Amino acid sequence: MDLGKISRRHLLQGSAALTLGSALGVRPAAAANTTIGFIYVGSRDDYGYNQAHAQGAAALKKMPGLKVVEEEKVPETDAVEKTIESMINLDGASLLFPTSFGYYNPHMIKMAKKFPKLRFEHCGGLWSDKDPTNAGSYFGYIDEAQYISGIVAGYSSKTGKLGFVAAKPIPQVLRNINAFTLGARLANPKATTQVIFTGDWSMPVKEAEATNSLIDQGVDVLTCHVDGPKTMVENAARRGAMVCGYHVNQSPLAPKAYLTGAEWNWEALYPKFVKMIAAGEAIPNFYRGGLKEEIVKCSPYGEAVSAEARKHADDIKAKLTEGSYTIFKGPIMDNKGKAVITAGTERGQKDPELEKMDYLVEGVIGATS
Amino acid sequence: MADGSIGLWTVPLAVFGGAIRVSTPFLFVSLGECITERSGRINLGLEGTLIMGAMSAYGISYLSGSPWLGVLAAGITGALLGALHAGICSLPRVNDIAVGIALMLFGTGLAFYLGKPLIEPTAARLPAIDFGWWSDIPQVRAALRINVLFLIGVAIAPILFWAFRTTRWGLLIRTAGESSDAARAMGYSVLWIRLRATMVGGFLAGIGGSFLSLFYPGSWNEGLSSGQGITAVALVIFARWDPMLCLWASLAFGGAAALGPALQSVGVTSGYHLFNAAPYILTLAIMIITCSPKRTLTGAPAELSITR
Repeated sequence: MDLGKISRRHLLQGSAALTLGSALGVRPAAAANTTIGFIYVGSRDDYGYNQAHAQGAAALKKMPGLKVVEEEKVPETDAVEKTIESMINLDGASLLFPTSFGYYNPHMIKMAKKFPKLRFEHCGGLWSDKDPTNAGSYFGYIDEAQYISGIVAGYSSKTGKLGFVAAKPIPQVLRNINAFTLGARLANPKATTQVIFTGDWSMPVKEAEATNSLIDQGVDVLTCHVDGPKTMVENAARRGAMVCGYHVNQSPLAPKAYLTGAEWNWEALYPKFVKMIAAGEAIPNFYRGGLKEEIVKCSPYGEAVSAEARKHADDIKAKLTEGSYTIFKGPIMDNKGKAVITAGTERGQKDPELEKMDYLVEGVIGATS
Repeated sequence: MADGSIGLWTVPLAVFGGAIRVSTPFLFVSLGECITERSGRINLGLEGTLIMGAMSAYGISYLSGSPWLGVLAAGITGALLGALHAGICSLPRVNDIAVGIALMLFGTGLAFYLGKPLIEPTAARLPAIDFGWWSDIPQVRAALRINVLFLIGVAIAPILFWAFRTTRWGLLIRTAGESSDAARAMGYSVLWIRLRATMVGGFLAGIGGSFLSLFYPGSWNEGLSSGQGITAVALVIFARWDPMLCLWASLAFGGAAALGPALQSVGVTSGYHLFNAAPYILTLAIMIITCSPKRTLTGAPAELSITR
């Protein structure tokens, strides 16, 4: 057929038939030519939050019959809805992972209602009964890994002063700061954690200034909760301080200064999700887990970590992996002297109270506002 | 002190150290913009130039292993972007502010695109000179590890101040900025003067970017500038187009950036957002105090599109 003779009408008919066909045709079962869409709020090689998800996506790319489409730097606005629609309509995605906190409500919820046959999995949101059933939220108790980091930091610090460069005082961040401090005080009951909030998720100059100020105060082990820990890790190592990483393993950036770190383990979770769909099992809409469920992990210990620290940390890690250990166990005081968890109360990881955390525990120097 | 802490002294020390560490990009961009604006053009695109400079410096330093080649590459990139701005603005009826905004977005986008593979690798950094050898307090020593680029920037300010006043070149730039008719009457091409002034401005802004990626914070990522380029352009107005005032204003902005984290580190934890906003509040206050509806801003070149 002469290409020049294809009229616009033919083209329209053709594409209409195509759309109709795919609409009528049985949706291919998952794991057989399934397209999965990943949406990141930042750059996927940021040595941080987004890279952790991208590593999970990379694990899916290795599985047969899966196609992964990705888009980076999608703001937490209407833009994410457009990205989701184009991934569905143009790429044929049937499983979507909008990975940033602010995508959840209203954007992802709206899309889940519009495409009721497709599956949406969101990282960090709080799924409730009011939300569509084809939407789900998953998250990891990374504070367990922070607790382990805290133990190692507590043993490794000579001054007993630890530093925490944090973005914003929201529950997830406070929970990490608190777990890190509780862990450190297990190793050294006099240890303190000085926290500095930079005000936003990615502020490299502020993060570097915070790192320097902390070290000027005598802090010799630092960790952080910002999107890209690279700035903190590199600047702390340059000043001769030790670091615990966050999100992914940053030891290549500072091999000598790196003690351990709290990492996401999305490369274990995402294939699990896909296998569940392929087997026809329903993924729980509200999915949470920690070391035990392999959603988080700890970086391998650096050479500076003492045998004593390794032993204690390994011991607690084994108990957490078994599920026989509670981090937030009363009595816990906040740093203003108020009992926040009374003696005898154990707040297990799944306790919803912990997801509303608005205090800093005793031993943290800093305030939530 | 025994535990290695210097207590409340952290705050003045951090502000002092921050003034040195954080001010350099402000200093280079504002001095560059000062030259451009004195010739009668506003180049708002320097935010994009700063980011392109940071990215190209990091890339070249990573590929060649020499951070100084990176600095040079950043300068050349900046000069080319400056030439682009001046070239477009020399067409009739083109608004320099609109072109600047377009170039700001273009530079930022291009840097993010080309810089994608550079986020992970670690490039060779610029060395620091240790001026703190006389002190045995590690905090002071750390604050006094100063990069040569800062010293060059500090040296450029008085040279520029002198050059604007006493050299033929300075006079030409000022003439083009104060009255393009006068410059033309003297037989000079105003467009040619502005082209070169914008290229030199871009060159300096690019070098400012290389400081960000090669010294402090010292790696390439997409949030690196967080608006420092545009702040520096505003700083020129704040400094009344005077290179020496640009220097002091840059130091003040650098010190102010360190204030928020430093206060938190000594336990002043309330209102850190307010302290983080300190430089901008300072700018607003000074602008309001010194503004008058009865006259144009003192020191403003008469040919600038904002004063015309």
